[in-house]
Amino acid sequence: MLTNTELQEKIKSLLPGAVIGMTDTYGIVDVETNQKLPQLIQILRDDSSLKFDMLLDIVGVDYSEYPEDKPERYGVIYHFKSLAHGHRLMVRIYLDEDEPEVGSIHDLYKNANWLEREVYDQYGVKFLNHPNLKRLLNHVQFVGHPLRKDYPITREQWLTETDDLMDEMDVRLREKGYR
Amino acid sequence: MSEVMQSQKESNSSALSFHTQKDRKDLVFVNFGPSHPATHGTLRVLCALDGETIVAGIPEMGYLHRGFEKDCEVHPYTQCIPYTDRLNYLSAIMNNVGFCKAVETMLNVEIPERVITIRVLMCELNRIIDHLVCVGTNLVDLGALTNFWYAFNPRESVYNILEKVCGARLTSNYIRIGGLSRDLYPGFETEVEAVLDEVMVGVEDMEKMIENNRIFLERTQNIGVLSAEDAISFGWTGPTLRASGVESDLRKSEPYYGYETYDFDIVLGSAGDTYDRIYVRFYEIRESIKIIRQALKRLKPGPIMTADKRVALPPKEMTYGNIEGLMNHFKNIMHGILPPMGEIYDATEAANGELGFHIVSDGGKNPYRVKCRAPSVMNYAAYQQLIEGGMIADAIAILGSINVVAGELDR
Repeated sequence: MLTNTELQEKIKSLLPGAVIGMTDTYGIVDVETNQKLPQLIQILRDDSSLKFDMLLDIVGVDYSEYPEDKPERYGVIYHFKSLAHGHRLMVRIYLDEDEPEVGSIHDLYKNANWLEREVYDQYGVKFLNHPNLKRLLNHVQFVGHPLRKDYPITREQWLTETDDLMDEMDVRLREKGYR
Repeated sequence: MSEVMQSQKESNSSALSFHTQKDRKDLVFVNFGPSHPATHGTLRVLCALDGETIVAGIPEMGYLHRGFEKDCEVHPYTQCIPYTDRLNYLSAIMNNVGFCKAVETMLNVEIPERVITIRVLMCELNRIIDHLVCVGTNLVDLGALTNFWYAFNPRESVYNILEKVCGARLTSNYIRIGGLSRDLYPGFETEVEAVLDEVMVGVEDMEKMIENNRIFLERTQNIGVLSAEDAISFGWTGPTLRASGVESDLRKSEPYYGYETYDFDIVLGSAGDTYDRIYVRFYEIRESIKIIRQALKRLKPGPIMTADKRVALPPKEMTYGNIEGLMNHFKNIMHGILPPMGEIYDATEAANGELGFHIVSDGGKNPYRVKCRAPSVMNYAAYQQLIEGGMIADAIAILGSINVVAGELDR
């Protein structure tokens, strides 16, 4: 088990230029470029001394009303845990206001598919190369992204259509070899 | 299930349909849920069936989505606690504890010894009733209705105690930041002792009825198998992960509330099938009983709220007697609890697995952002993989064994 500082030093050395800082008191690692994120996470997962084999959660945050200055409006925080070594890690990436985009890690962790869909649903963050970037919690007809700070909590939407799920079923059946 | 078995099943089903090529016309599309009694909530799966075999299943969630996280952003920390009751409503106090512990860590509040012991007691009582519901309803799904009463009668007795302690059965709202809402009632210890015996009788009766039951064994063993590797990749925690044979329990690996000083064991399965997931819960009930018996011995009189002025209201004689007390009371009620600016993730071992809260504070009285890491989401994410290639009746048994609670799934 590595201590927090050892962990941070180690991650800084992994991918030069990808990590910009270790800010918070609770050990958040800030990462700079969204192109390199899946690459970095793959190293975090496979490196023998890190071995972050479990993705606990993906958290989206909208910092637009946060009192402290943040580099960009959106933050996406990845929580990792290593069952082998017992350490934890939070990796944060800032995404730009107009087109929040980041690479998908659905092929690295099996639960990432749904967790990324949830962040997309709530914040409108696009995960590049995601196989099925569809809303997870809100209805298909829903307009907007409810956890953004500019979405008023009292806004109501009238949703009438049923989601028949056949779009996903079509893809799945083709994968299974059905005509 | 091994890949060989799966491919055998697929080839059998295509042989039955007399086609050499897989054709979509042979399939029947069935919506399982969202309001089917066997889903134990509002889950929906669109199944493509070939006979009784599920060729493809598309799980959907969100029918119970009520915006818990958005609600928290416009409520003070104390008012968020009742919302956490509605996450995993089968073990509400554990959610209270999870949320309050995260806020307390943020504020660096020390909580009194008695509060810690009562929280451990309540958590383990809740773990028992959560497991009883899970196992009981799971067996009903398999057709074993009698077991259900053996599980639900002791559960009812536990709820009688919880009702006396906090005034509500399911939505308890018992834990406060820095302490508890009220103290235990006189005679609590003897009633808990009696209930533990009752639970033990119920568990043993249930086990006697199923351990040699051929229907039960054949419908659960080697059904819905998830390997340890996959379970980790899906982010499974708690009893479902332990059923796959991975030794992982926050009470042991990252102990809180003095769990390291209690004598109890981690229960592990080996096959990762429905059978193991049921039996891990049976044995965890026994471990929880062990912890409760030890905690009852440690229960000493003492304060049930921290003295920390940032979170605790002053005693009434201070509020009415001097200006400092009055101001303290006013500040706490009107301005609320104010954690320092920053972000924290804090997790506890809830009945379903690791229940974590990621809280972003802007220094104000409302949380800036609360994200609940609900174990049910990860369990349900694996559901598609578990049911595809199996029978539709097994899909129902699997759903019961991974204990997806819609309240925390959809938040």
